This record gives sequence, structure tokens and C-alpha cells, in this order.
Amino acid sequence: MLDLSDYGNSDFFQILKRRHPELLATLNSSDVASSVNVAEAAFRPYEGTTVLAVVYDAGVVMAGDRQATEGYQVGERRIQKIYPVDRHSAIAVAGAAGPCIEMAKLFQVEVEFYEKTEGISLSLEGQANFLAHLVRSNLGLAMQGLIVLPLFAGYDLKRQRGRIFKYDAVGGRYEEDDYYAIGSGGKDARTTLKKRHTPEITRQNALEIVAEALWDAADEDIATGGPDLIRKIFPTLYTVTEEGVTEVPEATVEELYRNLIARL
Amino acid sequence: MSTPYYVSPEQIRQDKEDFVSRGIAQAKEVVVLEYREGLLMVAENPRKTTFKISEIYDRIALAAAGRIAEYEILRVAGIRESEIKGFRYYREDVTAKWLTNLYSQHMGAVAQAWDAKPLEIELLVCEVGTTDAPADSGLRNNQIYHIAFDGIYSEEEKYAVIGGRATAIIEILEQRYTDGLEMPAALQLITDTFRTIEADAEDDYEITPQTIEVACLEKTADRRKFRRLSTDEVTTLLS
Repeated sequence: MLDLSDYGNSDFFQILKRRHPELLATLNSSDVASSVNVAEAAFRPYEGTTVLAVVYDAGVVMAGDRQATEGYQVGERRIQKIYPVDRHSAIAVAGAAGPCIEMAKLFQVEVEFYEKTEGISLSLEGQANFLAHLVRSNLGLAMQGLIVLPLFAGYDLKRQRGRIFKYDAVGGRYEEDDYYAIGSGGKDARTTLKKRHTPEITRQNALEIVAEALWDAADEDIATGGPDLIRKIFPTLYTVTEEGVTEVPEATVEELYRNLIARL
Repeated sequence: MSTPYYVSPEQIRQDKEDFVSRGIAQAKEVVVLEYREGLLMVAENPRKTTFKISEIYDRIALAAAGRIAEYEILRVAGIRESEIKGFRYYREDVTAKWLTNLYSQHMGAVAQAWDAKPLEIELLVCEVGTTDAPADSGLRNNQIYHIAFDGIYSEEEKYAVIGGRATAIIEILEQRYTDGLEMPAALQLITDTFRTIEADAEDDYEITPQTIEVACLEKTADRRKFRRLSTDEVTTLLS
């Protein structure tokens, strides 16, 4: 039967929490036996990542490697860590793969649900704030070792520029002006970005330094995957501009890496 | 002592139907029509933010005629149930047929309740086919479901019309509709049909890009097939 009781509620997360808490098992962490510490438990969740975002003159580039690790093993070689959210934003996730993917999916549905019911897009600032609530609601699991940390970026139509937001485990939201990288190889990627990023760089420059930063992260961090020329697996790169969210074609990414390798 | 009175079920049904058709007779029409690339939806509606046609889910749109307040609540409920189903299973598992049944049950229950006023609305639930689906999967075909106020629904082909003068519009479309129209031709056909109807009307409603609401479900679009056309776009298509 059609349930009409949630009229006027544009918060999909809240509706699910009330009507279908079973679908939010990991993000409703009070349900999970709080004494279990997953880090010490018998299984190891998939994790390990470098994801980053770089502001350039027309918007922002988001990128991530493709590897998920299971302890010291490679768990998955082709995982996606960047997800388009709406026409002008995308989310990247680092941490335990399962809850990460769930959070990205829920966040995307939330933003689209708001847009369709209200008839107008949720502002970039509004999206960034809502994501802070989602991270905060995962705190229980984070305490048990299943941390999820997103990096959020988008094109702000009002301010006419790309913007980047980073989060801490308790839901703190902080804005970065030029670039940021998170995950196990985040610090290595940030070092490269710090040296190579200049204000008002072009799209081509931005793609080049993003490829280089991910290369350096993979070089230093065992949990970050580099370009796999044999299997043809390359990092995913997205651009977010006034025109929308676009994935950089695999051939372009391959070319970026071939040029980078030629320079080494 | 008061005497209990008897009213036959046929009489109750007839009374409700008369009541609703008086309301619907006032409602401006919405036309949904298959064109080469998907489904084109056009309504007589000069307003800029209160819509009669709206996006429900990736391949599904809803068109409504009648009282806005009554279908608005169904529109939002449709989006909500679709998102929940898609979140639970997979986005392709959300279908127009399923949504139609949901609406149909609700509208039927309200129409049959002895103490409730039937909903003075008619709905069209539309789903655009996909280009990449296997030929026998059913996903390849466009689907249009017409739901009456009492929840009784029918599957329509090629085009469907709701609103007060739906019958007259269907008569015109039967003469003029051809398969595989391009979008400008399809839009022209609908606006011409509206003009013919309005020429006979008393209230002198002029059909211009400013007085119609246009949206489409495009087969070739990415995940979200629904697109609302701006006044400028409509002007260009009609010129």
C-alpha cells in the first residue's frame, strides 16, 4: 500500500531510517554489537586508497586509484572510488570498501531525491553539510575500525568555481581552496600536489599533476594501486565544471601515464 | 426510529463518477506521445513552477490532470517508493507497471471508502524503453499506463491523453499520428492538436511556447532519461 506519511520530507536517509532500518545496517551502527572490534576480528575489510581533488580554472578534477586491499593482499583491482552525485558534484571515498560504497550510493540517492521532490537542486553547500551528517552517523562503526572518510567536490554555480570539502571521522567539515588528497597514500599525493599546483591551472595541467600525484602515492604506499599497463587498468579521473560531471576517457588517462613514464 | 436506507452499489459508483467527471472536465489536458527517440509529454500549463509532468525515476515520468494538491502527494510518494525499491534491489527493477499498481491500489481504496471523497485526478505513468535491452525483455518498449480516479488502469499505445477534452484530442490524433516522428514534428502535432481544440473552446486559450509545459523521456540519455524543455528550446523546435 502506498505510504503517504512522509510527504514534505525530502530527506531520504531519515525516511529509510524510520521505515527500513535494515537497509542501513552499516550506517545505523547502533544496531551492531558495539563490543566487536572489526580490526581485531577474524575477517579483514577491503580498504586502502588514494583519492584526490584539484581545483583548476574551469572547475575541479577528482581522481582515485583502483585497488582495494585485504590486509597484505590485493582484494580488488578495478574498484571505483569516485561517484558522480548530481550534475555538478562528485564524491570520493576512502576507508572500508563496503561501508564506503554504501555511503556514496546513499548520498547520491539522497541528493537526487531532494532534487526530484523539491524541484530544485540541493546547493553544493547543502550537499557538503548533509555529507557531514552521514559521516557522523557512521561514528559507531568507525570506532570499531570500519572508518569511512569521503572527499567531496563540485562546481559551485553561484560562486562560479570548483570547491573541495574534506571530513574527519566525527563529521567535521572543512573546505580546501586548491587541492586535497585522502586515504593511505593521501599524504604522498599531497606532497606532489603541493609542489606542482598553482592557482588558475588549466584542465590539461590539472590532469597531468593528478596523474603524477597518484603515481607518487602508488610508489610510496603499498595499499594504493598504480596504473596497470598489462591489464589496462588506469585510475579514474572525473572533471566537474559548469557543463557537468564528465569522466576522462580511459584512452586519455592511458596517454597521461605513458607521457609521465616517458619523462621518468 | 429512523429507517435505514438502501443505496445500490451501482448508484454509489455512478454518483462518485459523476462527481469526479465534473471536476476532470475542467482540467486542462496532457498528451503523451511516442516519438522516434522516446516519449514526448506536453500539457497546457502557463505556470513556471507548478508542473503537471514530472520525473519519478530513471526511466519513469508521471503526468497528471486534475487537482494539483491531490496528485502532488502521489508524485512525491511515487518518487519515495521508487527510490526505496531501487536502493533495496537495483535501479532497473523499478518499473512503470509496479508503480501503476501502487497508485491504482491507493486510488481505488480512496474511491471505495464510504467516508472519503474520491480523488479528482487522472494519471499517466510513462516508462521509456531502452536501446540496449534484449529484444524480448520488455525493457525495449515504451509503456504508458492511464489510471482513472477509481484506480482502474489501462495500457495505452502510441499516445495517451488525460483531461477534460481527452476524447476529442484522441479523435484528432487517430487521424494525424504516424510512427517514428522526430521530436519537432511530434511537438508540432501536439500543439496543432491543442490549437484545434482551443479554437472550439470559449475561454480563448492561446497555444504558445509560454503557455505549454513540455518534457520528454529520451532513450538515448544517460541514466536519468527525463528532461524538461525550456521555453527557448520549445520556441526553437516549433520554428
